[in-house]
Amino acid sequence: MLRSFLAAVLLLAAAPALADESTFSITIKDHKFEPAELTIPANKKVTLVVKNDDRTMEEFESKELRREKVIPGGQEAKIHVGPLKPGRYEFFGEFNPKTARGWLVAK
Amino acid sequence: MLGAAVIVFRETLEAALIVSIVMAATVGIPGRNRWVGAGVLAGIGGAVLVAAFAATIAAAAAGMGQELFNAAVLLAAVVMLGWHTVWMAGHGRTLASEVNAVGRAVAEGTRPLWALAVVAGVAVLREGSETVLFLYGIAAGGQDGAAALFAGGLVGIVAGALLGAALYLGLLRIPMRHLFAVTNWMVMLLAAGMAAQAANFLVQADLLPTLGEPLWDTSFLVSDDSLAGRLLHTLVGYVSEPSGIQLLFWAATLAVIGLAAQAVGRATPVRSAS
Repeated sequence: MLRSFLAAVLLLAAAPALADESTFSITIKDHKFEPAELTIPANKKVTLVVKNDDRTMEEFESKELRREKVIPGGQEAKIHVGPLKPGRYEFFGEFNPKTARGWLVAK
Repeated sequence: MLGAAVIVFRETLEAALIVSIVMAATVGIPGRNRWVGAGVLAGIGGAVLVAAFAATIAAAAAGMGQELFNAAVLLAAVVMLGWHTVWMAGHGRTLASEVNAVGRAVAEGTRPLWALAVVAGVAVLREGSETVLFLYGIAAGGQDGAAALFAGGLVGIVAGALLGAALYLGLLRIPMRHLFAVTNWMVMLLAAGMAAQAANFLVQADLLPTLGEPLWDTSFLVSDDSLAGRLLHTLVGYVSEPSGIQLLFWAATLAVIGLAAQAVGRATPVRSAS
């Protein structure tokens, strides 16, 4: 049942995932974001590809961006963001909030 | 250790509050402990499963599996909460008009408890899976002071559960006559907040438009990270910087459940006490 659910869900999500957007990469290493500050175009949808190089899971979270996503160790995750008004938006790693902090700067 | 306690406390709190509301909404119904207990246990089991398959879920649906899974689980809870409210509207008046305590207990015994059991289970599943992932990460990472972090996690669970218990005991102080009205509203607001959260996951998966992001910013009043912000988030769906689609889902859920309950309530004749 889970498999058919996932298959149905796959069909649902496959089309919009291919939409044309600009892509930006962030890497998590030693529970820190690299780069910790990333400039993206304002008023435009972008996709963040967050790669977790640590062995442990991390949750990419941002109240200001209204995003939360668990990223297993050694995997990467796509996170759709925006369109954002110009400004600074903070994000953090929920599981390591002291070290894993970063900002998106929409210009 | 404190950091771990805070992280786990946040996750536990939301589930504990939801379970408290469910318990308050079922006061006096025979078998409710069994039903809600089973829901919570199933939720814990589900949380471990979801955590174990986190990588599989994350990779599903072209990388949007997590968002779709969360949205689906939340919307299922919304349907259950809505159904409970509408059912109550059809039977609540009969209950209130029956003076006979025995008749009342029997009538209430027929209430669909499994709907609320599912809600309790879903709440524990969602929040619990993150706690499991977090604690597992500590255990697997072999960090220094893993034992202290684990202890912190336990403190967080206990603190969250205590706050949930406090809400429940507080609700019990409301006179029986008003308790159902209060819990009915709480259940509806809970459903609205969950619908808004589901909408946000669908935006994150790029399946819904944001319809304005954000509409306003009240973080200077109540920040999402504060305890008050977290309580309000769970109880009424508070978000300091909501998007248009979140507001739309929130309002539409309240309106649909409210109108359906009203229609059912009007269609149900008030039975006189006999």
